[in-house]
Amino acid sequence: MPAAPAVSSVPDALGRFGRFGGRYVPETLSAALDQLEREYAKAQADPEFQAELDGLLSAFVGRPTPLLFAKRLTEYAGGARIFFKREDLSHTGAHKINNTLGQGLLAMRMGKRRIIAETGAGQHGVATATACARFGLECIVYMGAEDVRRQAPNVRNMRFMGAEVRPVESGSRTLRDAINEAMRDWMGSVENTHYIIGSVVGPHPFPRIVRDFQSVIGRETLDQCRRQFGRLPDMVVACVGGGSNAAGMFYPFVDHPEVRLVGVEAGGRSGKPGDHAASLSYGSPGILHGSLSYVLQDLDGQTADVHSVSAGLDYPGVGPEHAYWHDTGRVEYTSVTDGEALDAFDLVARREGVLPALETSHALAWAANEAARRPSSEILVVCLSGRGDKDAAEIARLRGLAADGSGATR
Amino acid sequence: MTAAPHAPSPIARLGASFAAARAAGRKALAPFVTAGDPDVATSVAVLEAVGRAGATLCELGVPYSDPIADGPVIQASYTRALGSGVTLEHVFAIAKQASAKVTMPILAMASYSLVFRRGIDRFVADAKAAGLAGFVVPDLPLEESDDLDAACRAAELALVRLVTPTTPPERAEAIARKSTGFLYCVSVAGVTGARTELPPGLLDRIAWLRTKTDVPILVGFGISSPEQVRAVAAVADGVIVGSALVRLVAESASAERNETLANVERFVTDLAAACG
Repeated sequence: MPAAPAVSSVPDALGRFGRFGGRYVPETLSAALDQLEREYAKAQADPEFQAELDGLLSAFVGRPTPLLFAKRLTEYAGGARIFFKREDLSHTGAHKINNTLGQGLLAMRMGKRRIIAETGAGQHGVATATACARFGLECIVYMGAEDVRRQAPNVRNMRFMGAEVRPVESGSRTLRDAINEAMRDWMGSVENTHYIIGSVVGPHPFPRIVRDFQSVIGRETLDQCRRQFGRLPDMVVACVGGGSNAAGMFYPFVDHPEVRLVGVEAGGRSGKPGDHAASLSYGSPGILHGSLSYVLQDLDGQTADVHSVSAGLDYPGVGPEHAYWHDTGRVEYTSVTDGEALDAFDLVARREGVLPALETSHALAWAANEAARRPSSEILVVCLSGRGDKDAAEIARLRGLAADGSGATR
Repeated sequence: MTAAPHAPSPIARLGASFAAARAAGRKALAPFVTAGDPDVATSVAVLEAVGRAGATLCELGVPYSDPIADGPVIQASYTRALGSGVTLEHVFAIAKQASAKVTMPILAMASYSLVFRRGIDRFVADAKAAGLAGFVVPDLPLEESDDLDAACRAAELALVRLVTPTTPPERAEAIARKSTGFLYCVSVAGVTGARTELPPGLLDRIAWLRTKTDVPILVGFGISSPEQVRAVAAVADGVIVGSALVRLVAESASAERNETLANVERFVTDLAAACG
């Protein structure tokens, strides 16, 4: 019997991760996606491309990011040793920059000087604006009007770097609607414009390209663990909205079955439809934004409304590779509530002197809880995907609601 | 089977409708109507008015929450319909009631997200039972379409494919060969919506496609006026008018239904006249 193919051997030529993925887009975009696929293959084989990207990741982003022992959080949990992979120390304060620099270089190779992007929390928007400023590219960022309100500091920073931020008023006025508007822009501008998708979602080849650019997180973590501990970690945890930090963190580990991998989704207010954004925990197979994956949807296939305190996780779908890892059992997926995430924000701020993003706080909540149940001989790594400065005002607002007892979840 | 032994198949009815237009020396006119905007009963009546006004066929837009190929007018109509509680059951009911009253074939314009969720076999069976003649699935490219293609061929329903200005020639040829019922030639790179001018190169593209397929070639996206219809009809086998009609229905939403229907019938009659 031949050996089973490695978990990492996806996607296939049609962009399939098992049954998931693919390319469900209007014909107008087909040629551009083919072009991107070809250009990416050429870039991968081009040492100059890799050298230029590595140089930027080092001098511009500040990689490698450190692996920090979370000493006082570990003491608090009283179990497994917790480590933070410090993506929050990346330039722009989150992992998103790893992908935007890579795709920005691809855009220039294709002769495309106009860049569009969508953003939820604003981290991908800022990272795109940053790459465009660095490369001298025109930059337009679509952002749900509700998120423009929730993530004002990031909106301001994008504008500082010369990007045009277009608030999206349609639908739920969040990340999903921003993606719809970016896709519509691309339908009419595809010949001179590259769409830098910010997560491992969308039509082939985006889920693969974004995963590859983000895999620097997992590769560094794997090396750091070998050097610092002489072995791989027992457990790796990351938050999952679209799932880019998790995909980049997990991918280098998927062929090491001894490492337990856990993705944490946004459990929102409750498990009721409309109260959360946990596609793998509560969704079903469906097609959204160009690929087949788990989607929160009704019986007809209409996308459901979702909720999360975290704008970056407030999305009704998830990357197709996560759907594949979910169905094959390679990665466990769970969820934590808004309230648990906010508590974890407080805990990590006070015990570690690190303000984590609300997205990241979901992973931290689960990790602190799980560490308490594991022996101190075990090593648990959390992908600290981003810093929480952008969330400070929103957290303060939520606390205000809690103070008078109306509507807050904690 | 309850159908009469000699009842023509859905795709044959579509072919007959094109043939009848040709025999009358006319080009085909395919208006687009959003199912359930503003409500189920009005949609049925709008389809009847479109039929009376001389349309060759009609596209029935199936409301979808995230239509990335559509511009603001059709998107807003989908949002209104979904907001008023329209489901796929309503859409099939509209098709069934209308197809009992008009002779023009009706095709569903539906996102593949909806087809996939219901299951291809069930979606196709429901569509056939509702009297639909076929599908346009704007977000299903050639590479992903084998299963739906097989189901449509088995059910004798049309699966209309789209070619666009960004489609390379060899790919356009492959798409044209696969398309059944007719070939949808998208006039511009972009989303649906009325535009004031026809894009340069369109006429050459149609002439080239003409050498690649025997099915009728219909042009859509951005066509809104009788003048544009006349210009396109001079070279293509027909035209599709979407957003302009959807906007007309939306703008008459506050009026009495009879007034809406009169406006629709007048507009489509003018378009049909430009196809002569």
